[in-house]
Order: sequence, then C-alpha cells, then structure tokens
Amino acid sequence: MAQEKQPQRKKIEATGQMMKIMSDYFYDLNDAAKAPDRKVAWCTSVGPAELLRAMGFAVHFPENHAAMLGATRMATELIPEATTIGYSPDICSYLTADIGAYLKGVSPLAKAYPGIEAPPRPDILVYNTNQCRDVQDWFSWYAKELDVPCIGITSPKNFTNVTDILIDDVTRQIEALIPTLEKISGQPLELQRLRETVALSRECTELWRQVLETAAASPAPLTFFDGTIHMGPAVVLRGTRQAVDYYQQLLTELTQRMTDKVGAVDSEKHRIYWEGMPVWGRLRQHSELFAELQASVLVSTYCSSWIFPDFDAKDPIRSMAKAYLGLFIVRSDSYKEEYIKEMLRKFHIDGIIYHDAKTCPCNSNSRYGMPQRLEKETGIPSQVISGDLNDLRCVSDEQTRTNVEAFIEQLEERR
Amino acid sequence: MTEPVYVGLDMGASRTKVAVIDRHGVLIGHAVKKSGIDFAATATFCLDASLEMAGVNRDDISDAVATGYGRNNVAFVTEKSKTEIGCHAKGCHYSFAGEITIIDIGGQDNKIIKLDAEGRRDSFKMNRKCAAGTGAFLEEMSSRLDIPLDEMNNLARQATEMIKLGSYCTVFSATEVLENIRHGKPVADIIKGIFYSMIQRVLEMDSLTEKVVLSGGVVAHNPYLVEMAAELIGRPVLIPEFPQFTGAHGAALYALDAVTNTGEDSKKL
Repeated sequence: MAQEKQPQRKKIEATGQMMKIMSDYFYDLNDAAKAPDRKVAWCTSVGPAELLRAMGFAVHFPENHAAMLGATRMATELIPEATTIGYSPDICSYLTADIGAYLKGVSPLAKAYPGIEAPPRPDILVYNTNQCRDVQDWFSWYAKELDVPCIGITSPKNFTNVTDILIDDVTRQIEALIPTLEKISGQPLELQRLRETVALSRECTELWRQVLETAAASPAPLTFFDGTIHMGPAVVLRGTRQAVDYYQQLLTELTQRMTDKVGAVDSEKHRIYWEGMPVWGRLRQHSELFAELQASVLVSTYCSSWIFPDFDAKDPIRSMAKAYLGLFIVRSDSYKEEYIKEMLRKFHIDGIIYHDAKTCPCNSNSRYGMPQRLEKETGIPSQVISGDLNDLRCVSDEQTRTNVEAFIEQLEERR
Repeated sequence: MTEPVYVGLDMGASRTKVAVIDRHGVLIGHAVKKSGIDFAATATFCLDASLEMAGVNRDDISDAVATGYGRNNVAFVTEKSKTEIGCHAKGCHYSFAGEITIIDIGGQDNKIIKLDAEGRRDSFKMNRKCAAGTGAFLEEMSSRLDIPLDEMNNLARQATEMIKLGSYCTVFSATEVLENIRHGKPVADIIKGIFYSMIQRVLEMDSLTEKVVLSGGVVAHNPYLVEMAAELIGRPVLIPEFPQFTGAHGAALYALDAVTNTGEDSKKL
C-alpha cells in the first residue's frame, strides 16, 4: 500500500504573536459593540477602513468572518440557510456562509474566543464594490435586518490605468460618506488623525510587501498558505500600530530564514504561483499536498492584493481613492496579465495554479482565456483546479490531488 | 526460468484494470473488473487473472506501479504510484510515437492530454466536477431508457435523424430524453443524440493537435462513439489495441522504466 508521505513544512514562530493581536482585536470589537460611547462600523476588506478608523469606529470585516467560517469548515452547512431565503448557492459563498451563520446564530468567533458570541452589532455598514457587487448585496441584507444605515463606494471596474477621472470619482464618493459617518460617530473628521491612519496603513502594507517579497529568495521562506494566515493583520488592522509592529517582527524572522537558507518547504524543487482565492477549508491539505511534491506555492495575487503603495498621508483621501482603485481584482485583464508576468519574473516561477472558484467569478481569472494567453507569452505552464473559497460541495479532493500531482509530474518532465 | 514481468494497476472510479507487460513493454496479460467496494479484492482478482493470462505468477513480477483514483488507497504489490494523466500519456505514446493529443473517456472523468514528439506532456485538462461527457452520463441514459449499454451502439447506427440534446447537465439531459420519447421520437435518433452530446462535451474541453488518440473504457466499448468523434474532428482518429488498458499499460511501462533506470530487477515484490 502506498505510504503516506510526510509533509515537510516549517512553522513560523511569529504565529503566536499574530494570534495574540488578532485575539485582542476581536475582544476589542466585542467590547466596542457593548460600550455606549463607542461605535462599530462594518467595512469591506478594501473599503474605506482608514476613514472609519480615523473617526473612531471599531471596524469589523465580514469577509474576514466569512473566511473564518470557511477555514473552520462551518461554511458548507451554513450556506443552505441563506439559500432558503433566496440567496443562490451560485453567488458568493462568503455572503451565503456569513448570512447563514447569522440566521443560525453561530460564529467561529464563539469557538475561538470565549466570551464572544457573535460578530459585533454594527452602527453602520460601509462597502466598496471594488471587490464585487456581492459585497453591496451582502451589506444591504444586514442593513435591512438590523435596521442600520448602509453607505458605500460604487467603484469603476475593468479599467487598465488608474486615471485622474477615476480617482476624482472615487475621491468624491469617499468625501460624500463623511457627513453620514460624522453623524453616526458623533464627532467631526479630524484631518490630522486621518493622515496618521493613512500613514500607518501605508507602513503596514509596505512591510507586508517586504514580507511577501522574501519569497523571491530560493528556497522561499514562506508559502502562499502561510500568507493567507499571516495577512490577517493587514486586512483587519490596517491603519493601526499593532499591525505595523507585527509585520516588523514577521519580516525579521523571514529575513533570518533567507540568510540561513531555510525554505518553508523542504528541498524546494518547483516554484508555483497561485492565482485566485484559497480554498479556506482545505488550506492544510493543499499546503501538505504541495509540500509532499517538493513544490513551494510561494506567491499569489490574493495575498499581494493587500499591498497599497498609493497611500499618502499628505493627500489622504485622494490617495485612498487611488489605493482602492489600484486593487488587482478591479482591473482589466490586460493590466492583470502584465502584473502576473512581472510576478512570475520576480519570483522565478515554474508553474501557475489557477483556482476557479465556483462562487467567485471576480477572483477566478481562468474563465476568459488568461491561462492560455499567459502560457503562450511566457512559456510557463499552468493548471486550473475547480473548487470554491468556502463551499466544499464544489470541491473534489481527488480531482484536485490528481490535477496537482499530474501538473508537478509535467513540470518534472520538463526540468 | 521465466522472464520478469512488469505490472500496472489502474484503479479507476468505475473499473479496475491490471496490465502485465514483458521487458519489451508488450502487453501480455490484462484483466478488468468493476472497482466495487472492496478495492483490495478487486485489485487482487485482476492481478491474478492478468498474470494467468500472461502465463506467469507473482514471483515473476519485477516491479509494479499503481495509478487511478484509488492509487494511494489500496493494498497492492507496489508502493509506487503515478497519476493517470502520466500513465495514459505513457501508454498512448508507446502505441503512437510523435506529437499526439490523447482523449481519454473514462467512467467518471475525461482527460485531454497533449504530448510533444518525445512523449512529454505539454498540457492536460480534466473535466470539471460534472458528469457531462463521461461514461457515467452514458450509464445514466442507458438506465433511464432501460436499454443495455451494449445495445446502444447498434441502435444509434439505425438512426435516420439525430435528436440533439440542448442541456449540459446529465439530469436535465435525461429529462429531455424522456420528453422526446413522450413526443414519439424514434429511440435510435435519441440515442444518436446522446452519443453526440457526449462527444461534444469532451471535444469542447480543449483544442486538438493533428494526431488524435482516443482511449478509455468508453472508447473500448462504443465503436460508434469513435466513428462519431472522427467525423466531428474531421479526420481519422487513432485507437490503441487495448484502449481500456492504456492507463494500466502506462503504469506498467513506468515500472519497467524504474527497473531499466536503476538496473534493479529484483523480483522481490
């Protein structure tokens, strides 16, 4: 009988510190929801979090909560709860899992953090449709259910260059949010505080960039799978000192690994780019699967999406607009292809895995001929695996394993 | 003293196949059985039957490789495994040298594999998590129509027209079939449409190169499907001598390679 191969992966020491600051963050959110003098805003992951933080809101990110539902494998059983009230299983499984969890009265926060029962009740919901339209639908459902205001930015989409016209548009939309936010928070926006928040966001994302770019080293000291966990602070604590401090610590550890030539995967032979969302409920299995094959999935568009070089404290609101428009997901395929080509070059990639996530068309870049175009231009082979970010009914473990193993065999033949 | 032999096990989702080859790669024994629920027993049955056909016994096995969905799950004579993509490529390249595109139609999945002139993979595609175009689709239709699988080929040949199925989904297709029966359409025309739907789903998975090889159990048992594929592709297609065993044959060839490359011919398995 075939023996189970032992995966060879290295644990990141800073993980303990990350767990602590994430825990502090969730307890603070929980406290904020109970404190009469504090306000809670829900925000999409690349929404105007800087503005909300500068105005004193405690900020909850439903996408983070939905990813936790996926990672804890709670999502698949909760999605049908949303389906029964009219939300198709074909739409965003973050949305359906999160609403399903609400309807069922469960949350992974309750398991991980004793004393927390559920996500914090919001005073306002703020979205940016740069991710997709589903975030607006998602927040709108809660707005009605909880009788709270829902405001947001309707982002331009599918553009190649971030032009002044687009920046003007989003800048005005951000400015238009301010009066409502001031009314809810009960305090005026202080420009100096916004500048400080934007400066911290910039510092955080710059450190996050440096963390991810350590993977350009051979062997790569961290993998995409590590990145999906360690990006937590970059998502939920952007604009805070805690996130900056954490990434300094993580960067120090990874830089030492580079110096010591310690790879995240033992005996790294193949360097893989991951395009698309992770399969949250299969992070460990996928990490082990690639490690068994001496393949390091070392860089991804997904983790790199939380790098915002455009944040500028001197011109905070306009730079926020620029940063939110700079996001990969909202750009045209021609921009995306140039971006990926640069990543393939920078990280010395041998092959690309595209995850075609059934319920996330915006984050599935294999549907409009991109793999074929990029393969033709770069000569770097690719493989598409079918799956989903949260709905494990759309995942076939055996098909995934066969596809990945056969792809690595193919790379091996070509060495 | 008998010559050493090399064994390939292809434990598929639907059928289990074993191939036994000699040191020249020639297939000298083979057996197939429904995979069922006892994988180990099925593998053993196929191994013994194929060894008997080859006129050898277990002591003559020099090396073996397993492939297919059950490749890592079954107690067998080997710990070595390769994916079915690799084994189908190896098996087909053995039969047809040069640049080829392999279309493998199995019980539960389809593959399109492109090989360069040296037999190295340029690319491969598997069907999505969907039964469209697979043997499972044909089995479902056979069951719905209550017509044995082995009669469907002959019936399709009697068709005067073709009733095309519009749906992608197996369940919706079955509904369409029943609707056509209700409307009094000839069964032969419907079956021809079923074969057409199946091969069309496969062909739309990827582009093809000049030389196309068809393999897999569905190909082995449905010559009408092969004819229709050739017609749709617009040129003759190549079929290995034992299309259902290309995966197992490829696995056995990997076993032979391993021995050839290491110089070990242990007969110790």
